Amino acid sequence: MAVGLTHYLAVSAILLVLGVFGIFLNRKNVIIILMSVELILLAVNLNLVAFSASLGDLVGQVFALFVLTVAAAEAAIGLAIVVIYFRNRGSIQVEDVNLMKG
Amino acid sequence: MNWTLALPEITLSILAMAILLFGVLRRGESFSVCSMLTLGALLIGAVLVIGQARGFAFNGQYVVDPFAVFAKLLILAGAALALVSAQDYNREEGLARFEYPVLMLLAVVGMLAMVSANNFMSLYLALELQSLALYVLAAFARDELRSAEAGLKYFVLGALASGLLLYGISLVYGFSGTFDFAALAHLLSDPSHASAGLIVGMVFVIAGLAFKISAVPFHMWTPDVYEGAPTPVTAFLGTAPKVAAIVLLLRVMFVPFGHLTSQWTQIFEFVSIASMILGSLAAIGQTSIKRLMAYSSIGHMGYALIGLTVGTVDGLRGVLIYMVTYVFMSAGTFACLIAMRRRGRALEKISDLAGLARTDGGMALALAIFMFSMAGIPPLSGFFGKLYVFLAAVRAGYWTLAIIGVLTSVVGAYYYLRVIKVMYFDDPAPAFDRRPVGLSFVLGVGAVVTTFFFVFPAPIVGAAQAAAAALFG
Repeated sequence: MAVGLTHYLAVSAILLVLGVFGIFLNRKNVIIILMSVELILLAVNLNLVAFSASLGDLVGQVFALFVLTVAAAEAAIGLAIVVIYFRNRGSIQVEDVNLMKG
Repeated sequence: MNWTLALPEITLSILAMAILLFGVLRRGESFSVCSMLTLGALLIGAVLVIGQARGFAFNGQYVVDPFAVFAKLLILAGAALALVSAQDYNREEGLARFEYPVLMLLAVVGMLAMVSANNFMSLYLALELQSLALYVLAAFARDELRSAEAGLKYFVLGALASGLLLYGISLVYGFSGTFDFAALAHLLSDPSHASAGLIVGMVFVIAGLAFKISAVPFHMWTPDVYEGAPTPVTAFLGTAPKVAAIVLLLRVMFVPFGHLTSQWTQIFEFVSIASMILGSLAAIGQTSIKRLMAYSSIGHMGYALIGLTVGTVDGLRGVLIYMVTYVFMSAGTFACLIAMRRRGRALEKISDLAGLARTDGGMALALAIFMFSMAGIPPLSGFFGKLYVFLAAVRAGYWTLAIIGVLTSVVGAYYYLRVIKVMYFDDPAPAFDRRPVGLSFVLGVGAVVTTFFFVFPAPIVGAAQAAAAALFG
């Protein structure tokens, strides 16, 4: 069986769902949330590259490179915020992030 | 290909880097100097925006039309007011670091580029430039747990929203073969190209952008971030980024997806009604005035979205006028909140305002004007914002939206009037510290624009009309 566009799309949809659930169901550690965010962005990249190959259009791959760069910047800022949070709270458990109820 | 169209953004980014270098190399406290330089940069940006030609640049990635120019001037004004009101607060709270104005300037560059984006690629990059700077600003009081928590929540939910937006963009690309707004509009003018995958992608894009304007059901972050972030940052978050995000949403809905109106009208009808209802009901029980303002902003976004749902030139004009009135009354209200200090400590309970009319009549009057205006009482500017939006809804036959809007404004009036009642009829609490000049300035500008909007609405209404017509053009 040849691997076609639908297979890539299915994998990427699964990755997206895993990422979203990783953010909402995870009660343990903020780092896992950061990893879930990266997972979502990787799902998008897979989508973009798969579409780009099947459409024969390079723009999708260019966008994927931009997404990679932004993801790196986003991870840097996310980790920095987690570090200042840990300094103040002494913990990065998700259930401890509860000072304000919203 | 005409890169000079992006001159304001290019100049502002170069100036941001120059100010950053200056701040790093200069010894001693450089917050005030860098803030002044940033204000100057914003002014230069405004001059460049006004003097700019119209057209497309960078292979159609970037557009300058009256719609973008209108929004850019509003963004620059909002950012300048927020920066002025931050000065003394930051110095007293130990936040007087030169990164603050630099981050604000970078966020402004992102917002200007958002407003001009004419391609999903430039849209995404601009949106991220704005968001990343705002995440850092929300966590700017790094020694304070509440600010760190606000930054963390904003970051996590913001990153999730960007992810959903991006997934939507990838689907739209896959099912249409282009990121370009004009090409998408051309493609979708034939309804047979509106495949299910493209519609799903569009819904993802709407979800991501609805998060950025904090519309229900993507509003959960707003109260916490508004409460936790330092008040001047909240003042910034509540004005310029809201304008940029809603203007971006308008462009995305009307240019690439303009032929899919029947698909997205119902979504926005729901989002708008839900935002108005939540904004008016959830604010009633609040004791912190910052949280109150958060729910109030959710409600205001609901009213603005009425104009988007209606989908006519009238509706669009209504949204733009609404945003003008909203920026000035919010900037003024937040200046009042920043001025709430007693013996060098910041206060944020509504009860702290008790008897303000007797201890500081001027500020009480200004805050009363803003509260009346937000409640939509004529002849203040907030009334006209709502009037134009409701008028467009009634003309286009959206009676449900108009009626629910009027009802929720009545409910909302309750909590705005409660603030006024506390200020004018409760026993006075001890007086606040003396108000710095910068805050008085912002308060004054906000109060004058809000009060006298009805005297000179013609230029603003005319500009909004031209801007709205340009988007349909």
